[in-house]
This record gives sequence, structure tokens and C-alpha cells, in this order.
Amino acid sequence: MSEPRAVLGADAISANGVYHSLRSPRRPLIELRGFAKSYQMGTETIRALAGVDLDIDKGEYLAIMGASGSGKSTLMNLIGCLDTPSAGTYRLNEQPIEHASQDELARIRNREIGFVFQTFHLLPRTTALQNVELPMIYARVPRAECRRRAAEALERVGLKERMGHHPNELSGGQRQRVAIARALVNRPSILLADEPTGNLDSTTSEEIMRLFDEISRAGDTVIMVTHEADIAAHARRRVVMRDGKVLSDERQASPDRSTES
Amino acid sequence: MLLENLRIALGAIWTNAMRSVLTTLGIVIGVAAVIAVVSIVQGFQAMVSDQLDDLGTTYIQVFPRQSFSIPGLATRPVRLTWEDGQEIQRLVRGVERISPLIFANEEVKFRDRQHRTMVLGVDAEWPAVNNSGVERGRFFTHIDLDRRSKVVVVGQDILEELRMPQPIGQEIYVGKTAMTVIGVMESKGESLGRDFDDAVLIPYASALTIFGREVGDRVQLQLLAKSQDMVVPVRDGIERVLRQRHHIGKDDQDDFRVVVQDEMRKVYSRVLGGITAMVGSIVGIALLVGGIGIMNIMLVSVTERTREIGLRKAVGARRQDILIQFLIEAVALSSLGGLVGIALGYGAGLLVSNLLPGDFPTAHVPLWAVGIAFGFCALVGVVFGIYPAGKAASLDPIEALRYE
Repeated sequence: MSEPRAVLGADAISANGVYHSLRSPRRPLIELRGFAKSYQMGTETIRALAGVDLDIDKGEYLAIMGASGSGKSTLMNLIGCLDTPSAGTYRLNEQPIEHASQDELARIRNREIGFVFQTFHLLPRTTALQNVELPMIYARVPRAECRRRAAEALERVGLKERMGHHPNELSGGQRQRVAIARALVNRPSILLADEPTGNLDSTTSEEIMRLFDEISRAGDTVIMVTHEADIAAHARRRVVMRDGKVLSDERQASPDRSTES
Repeated sequence: MLLENLRIALGAIWTNAMRSVLTTLGIVIGVAAVIAVVSIVQGFQAMVSDQLDDLGTTYIQVFPRQSFSIPGLATRPVRLTWEDGQEIQRLVRGVERISPLIFANEEVKFRDRQHRTMVLGVDAEWPAVNNSGVERGRFFTHIDLDRRSKVVVVGQDILEELRMPQPIGQEIYVGKTAMTVIGVMESKGESLGRDFDDAVLIPYASALTIFGREVGDRVQLQLLAKSQDMVVPVRDGIERVLRQRHHIGKDDQDDFRVVVQDEMRKVYSRVLGGITAMVGSIVGIALLVGGIGIMNIMLVSVTERTREIGLRKAVGARRQDILIQFLIEAVALSSLGGLVGIALGYGAGLLVSNLLPGDFPTAHVPLWAVGIAFGFCALVGVVFGIYPAGKAASLDPIEALRYE
């Protein structure tokens, strides 16, 4: 059991060896230290995350990989502030949030994080535009601005002509585009995608991934969880998880786009 | 945000229109029942109030006490006579007019027609005391009374029953006594449970002859005080005179009862209030059942929309946002039920009051009843919506998103 490491002042060496100095103008967007999560299953304690140290900078394009049960989904939920860690620290935008209340977490999810899910999670019987407006409603954005920004976001993902359609009138790829527009509309710090192409055929998957590439090129931070190597190949950094720990953390200068399944 | 929630709520209700209708049926029926009954009772109350106003606020009645359960009363006969009345008129200051009233069911006959009706034996002052008058002919006078004239004044309905288009001067039989019709009362309809249209009025003294002397031992007295301020002094005076004349000891109960207008009003509103309260409690049960129905359907709704709740939480909905969303849905459901119930109840009230025979008052729904009914429905929504809404609000977002 790795005890949460004492924070060494402001200077710390992260697991991937990146040195952050106090004099450094910018600390990482996400800073995880001794990040752990365990569940109680009957009498047994399941350690889903067994101490993860991870720094993610602003603008990174990162894939978290691993087999099922490796802890990648747990890590994703914790980064997405859907859950709180059992141990360790989490700084997001330099703010410690491991002890944040439920309402504070809701606010962070609303402002800082945009989720894209494998199963899209669009509200049925609600137009694409209204689906995209949802995060702004909880951010108390005025109605007219809601409309305008939602329309812009849909235009950005190439669904300008489909705004008034309901999810059941859209193809899988189009639905995921709506979900991406929804994730981006509050201008979050992180776009968090959980197996974003898991329910799509390979052609559509490639389209969606190209959209993620574009979003990344525009400067947004993109983190996705996937077990598919060709999807992960789009990212410039690949973190592989096993048994609740980081197994490897590789970067590549330019994303490898040639991988075909 | 509130508008947004309302839009979501109405959308959810509309999507499951059939289910929503069935769910709110309990509320609809409950509210419809209360509005229907209140509308009828209120109409009735307005009618009674009109009739009491018609009699005037200075109207006083004296009855012989009927109860035998009062100690000391059973041992001696209860008497209230016209002599008592005349003494009251002589001794009590502020009495404007007074009339005795005795009545019995008798057969009246005209040629080959007969009809059983109410025969009232009264004094010449009776029309003035009861704010009534003759439409044709005349009422009997003190001279008629002194002479024990065999004269009769008939109500409107009697003319029809006995087929007597030209009644004045005709001779009819009241019981076995032939009497001359000298007047026809104006129509007043049924008033305070008495229908003076289907009645004949004869001089008090003649009534004694027909009904028998002993009827004169238990008369009712009807009187008018000179002014509204005199009502209480007159009532006290009547009690003083009668207690003295009836030799009622200081600690004994009165063997008579003086009823003033105010008391009649109170009696009626007590009866009507009782009806309202009884219906109210039945409606309370209906609303309770309706509320449980709403809670049930809201729990179903929360379960069905677990993924939606998870998604809303993931994009930033706080606990209270979800709580309010589902609470508004429950309140919207129960309030819509309430609105439909109010409309149905009003319709039912109108229908019933129109279908009932006689000049039953038209239904009247006061705004306060609508307000209370609507308020209670909203309250039911809050009370029975809070648990499902709380359940929705406390869902774990990860599990909710994963829910199949």
C-alpha cells in the first residue's frame, strides 16, 4: 500500500519524471499524487486504483488504456470529478479538490469538464440543440446566450443542419457529435471521453476521432479512455493501466494516424 | 431555471399522458367531489341566508321545549299558549308584533277535489311578522278572529290542487268545517324548510275549534322586535315573563326556547359546516390516496430516468437541481389533476343543482374554495413528491450513468 506521498513543498517530481519547479510559470492542469480508490464488496476490499501519480498539462491529447478491471474507468471517473478518491491528492487548475463537497464537484463538472460517453447519453424527446444547452442551463447562462452558444457548438461539430432533430432521428455518429458539442459548450478545461467510439462502426469512428484531433489541435485538453490501440493512436500520449497502477506512460512527437484495425 | 424545470416536467407528463391521467385520477376525483359539494352547500347557504334576510333581523321565535330528557320537565306538562304570547306583548317592551302559530295536516276539499295540506292557525299579525302578504283578496283581521269567522286564506299551490281559478268567495272544507276563501297568499316558495305555498291559513281561534283545544297548549310564537337593537332585550323579556308565568324555579331549565335570527343563522351554518367538514375529511382521504399514486408514479419515473439523472449530474446538476426538477414534476402532476378536478366538480355541481327538483339554488363556487383545493393539490405534490425527488437527487452519478 503506497501511502499518499507527502507533498514536497511546491517542488515535486512526478511519476513520469517531469520536473515542476516553484519557479515554473505553470503547474500542470491535472496533478494526481498517490491517487487511490478502493471499494468495499461484501467483506472484500477491491483496490481499483492503487496509488497513481500523474500530471497532465493543458492542451495534451492523452489516451488512457488498459484491459477491463485495470482501473482506467475508475481513474476516468475520478478525474471527471464524478467520484472522490479514497486517498491521495488531486489538483485541478492548481485547486485541491480531493475533499470537495458534492455541490462543488457538480460545479467543477459543469465548468471544467466535458464528458463524452460510449453510449452518448443524450436526452430522448429533446432536440439536439436542447441537449447541447443542458450544461449551460446548470451554469445559469441566460437563455439567448444558451441558444447562440449551443448553435455555435453544433456548427463546430458539423451538425448545423440537424439542430432541431431528436436523438432518434440521428445516426450514431451524429449523436456522438451532439454529445461532443454538449461537452464543449461550457468551454471546459478538459474534454473527457469514455470509449467514445465503442458503439460506432469503424468509418464513423474514424470521423469522430478526426473531430477529436481537430479539437485537440484547437488547443483543448483531450483525455480519452479506450482499449482500442488504433483509437489510442490518435493521442500524443498513452498511459497504460494495469492492476490499478500506471504500467507505462509514453509520448510521441506526432500522432500516428496510419494505424488501421 | 424554474421555467426550464417546468418545461421538463410538462414534457415528461405529456410523454406519459395516459399514465399521468390515471395517476392523477385520485386527485381529480377528490377535488371534483369537494368542489361539487362546496358549490352545492354554498348555493344552499346563500339561499338560507336570503330567506333569513327576508324574514328580517328582528324576527324572533318561541318554541315549547320538546326534550323530555331535561330533569324536572318530564314531571309537568310543557305549555306554551297564546295567552303567554299576549302577556309578552303586554309586558315586554320593544315587541312590534306577535302571532301564535299552530299547524296540522288536514284534508281540504273543494267540490270533488281534495288535497292534504298544512293548515296553519295564526293571528291577523302573521303576514306582517313573516314579511308576507296577500296577492288577492285580504288577510283576516282581528274582527274575524274575535268573531271566530270561518274564513281561510290559501297558498298558491292550493289553487291548482283544488282547481279553483276564482277562489275569492268560494267555500271550501277544511277538515269537516266549511270555510270561505277571502284571500290568496303571494308565492314565496319553500323557505327554511317550510312551504307556505302549499298551505292554508285560518284564524287561530277557528284552528283551535278544528284541531281541538289541547293544541292551544303548545303553540309557537312568532314575533318582531321594534328594532335590531331591541332583539336581545326582547329575548330577555320573553324569558323573564315566561319563567314567571310557568313558575320555573331559579335553578330549573326553561320549558321553552327563544330563537333569534342570529341563532338560526348559526344553526344553519353549523349544519352546513358539518356537511362541509365531513366531505372535507372524505376528500382528505381521496387526496391521500391520490398522493400515494403520485408518489408511486414518481418513483417509477425516477427509476426510468436514472440514466437521465446521471447525465444531468455529470454535466453539472447539483443535488438540489435534481430535487427541484422532480418536485416540480410531482407538483405539476398534482396541480394539473387539481385543475381538472375543479372544472369537473364545478360542472357536477351545476348539473346536480339543475337536476334536483324544486327551486334548489344554483351551484356557486367561491374563489376561496378553488384556492384551497388548488393549494391542497400542490401540497400533496410536494409532500408525496419529496421522497421520490430526494431519491433521484441522491443517486450516485456513476451508477446512474451505468444503469441499464
